[in-house]
Amino acid sequence: MSPLFEEIVEDPAAAEVPTRRVAITVNGQRRVAEVEPRLLLAHLLRQGLRLTGTHTGCDTTNCGACTVLFDGEPIKSCTMLAVQADGHEVTTVEGLSSMSELSPVQEGFKDEHGLQCGFCTPGMMMAATALLKANPNPTEEDIRWALSGNLCRCTGYQNIVKAVLWAAAKLRGEEPTHDGAA
Amino acid sequence: MYPSRFRYEAPRELTEAIKLLHEGQGEAKVLAGGQSLVPLLKLRFAAPELLVDINNLPGLDYHRVEPDGTIRVGALCRHATLERSGSLAQRQPTMAAAAPLIADPLVRNRGTLVGSLCHADPQGDWAAAVTALDGRVVAAGPDGVREIPIRQFATGPFENALRYDEIALEAVIPAPKGTPAGGYLKLERRVGDFATAGVAVAVELSGGLVTRAGIALCGVGPSTIAALDAEQALAGQALTAAAIERAGDLAAQAAQPRRDHRGSVEYKRHVIRTFVVRILRDIAGAAERAA
Ligand SMILES: Cc1cc2nc3c(=O)[nH]c(=O)nc-3n(C[C@H](O)[C@H](O)[C@H](O)COP(=O)(O)OP(=O)(O)OC[C@H]3O[C@@H](n4cnc5c(N)ncnc54)[C@H](O)[C@@H]3O)c2cc1C
Ligand code: FES
Ligand code: FES
Repeated sequence: MSPLFEEIVEDPAAAEVPTRRVAITVNGQRRVAEVEPRLLLAHLLRQGLRLTGTHTGCDTTNCGACTVLFDGEPIKSCTMLAVQADGHEVTTVEGLSSMSELSPVQEGFKDEHGLQCGFCTPGMMMAATALLKANPNPTEEDIRWALSGNLCRCTGYQNIVKAVLWAAAKLRGEEPTHDGAA
Repeated sequence: MYPSRFRYEAPRELTEAIKLLHEGQGEAKVLAGGQSLVPLLKLRFAAPELLVDINNLPGLDYHRVEPDGTIRVGALCRHATLERSGSLAQRQPTMAAAAPLIADPLVRNRGTLVGSLCHADPQGDWAAAVTALDGRVVAAGPDGVREIPIRQFATGPFENALRYDEIALEAVIPAPKGTPAGGYLKLERRVGDFATAGVAVAVELSGGLVTRAGIALCGVGPSTIAALDAEQALAGQALTAAAIERAGDLAAQAAQPRRDHRGSVEYKRHVIRTFVVRILRDIAGAAERAA
């Protein structure tokens, strides 16, 4: 991966604004960028690194569409400065699948129709991925709790919960069924 | 939305962090979990010249219960750590009950208890819990370290007693003399919302009597409210039905709610009363079963 130098703003005042070089491991690859301190991690991911799977759905840290894993923990990337990620590991939705295969969580969302418009889906899948790592055998209640920072305006959450149950069964090596139970 | 421009430093030593704040002359701000500050920066409600990120300071992410029962929570201990803490679950029921009710799981992975106290949001849950427990904040500045009792720490809505060049290092909960009991109840419209009304109760019991009572409210006034009359009325008493009802009444009187989209004044007072009574009844019930 070649280093990436991101020009943030074009106005002349920007020349006087000190930028910082950050090195962040994004989806397993070291990425280097020159950032203004006020750049949010979500914006670095989307605009600087062109990883547009991470969505931003609000200005108030409420929606969770921007959820990424930061050193393995799900956080809202709109509420962290890109400079703060220097030296850390970030996983975005693009990091869930391999070239040829969806991750079990992604498969579950597909199989159980865990999305409608899809706007909340990347965030949902990141939070779900972190949950299943910590708790391979979650109850419906556990899932609702873990996803409670992620808002969905379409689905009513029913199928999202089923999708995560599906993924949990699959990850445990069981045959997932459509009612979510194994 | 972008925050306005600021300089950013993430020192690895406390003395350096304090020096930066000192040189900032009040135009610098500490960045901890960022879960209150970054939203304010984004909305440009805050526009500091310099952010001093304390996340690289070593050794501040602890929380521990000492042998005598004193609890110490470092400035970088996240809400989620406290939510999962076995030692809090065993030793400190008020804090254990409050932790999972703060914000949402994503915010809890970053936000800190000490940052919450510093933010001094009248709706902050930790401020109510720590007030009920009569805790204190340990702060370091150019002149050394000092302790500030929690009941003097918030000086107004979103204002605290720290000098501009001080950093809060930890929150301390004093060791209980009796058996600690307590709880935290919060009415929120949905997960992740701030409290319509929140009640923290922390009592110490000895020989069937309440030896110390702490009751604090959030969401129902311009800052965290210590329900002093209710606390005094309980001290030295047995948790009888009458004593519990009276504490509920006194706490509801101490509340200073305002009517807003979350509810009317009467409604909020009613919730406060109900929560105080509910927590105290639970404590009385558990004490009876244990006896
Ligand atoms: C969607 C959402 C919902 C929320 N819901 C709730 C809720 O229900 N209940 C609740 O209590 N809170 C809630 N919060 C706030 C959350 O708990 C924050 O984590 C907390 O208020 C601030 O802690 P922080 O570590 O993130 O501090 P920061 O955001 O980093 O800082 C907050 C303020 O405190 C100062 N500060 C922080 N740490 C220190 C220190 N060590 N020394 C000196 N100054 C310091 C900063 O300069 C800043 O002014 C919510 C936040 C969001 C985004
Ligand atoms: S964009 Fe809505 S929480 Fe981050
Ligand atoms: S699928 Fe549309 S917001 Fe969730």
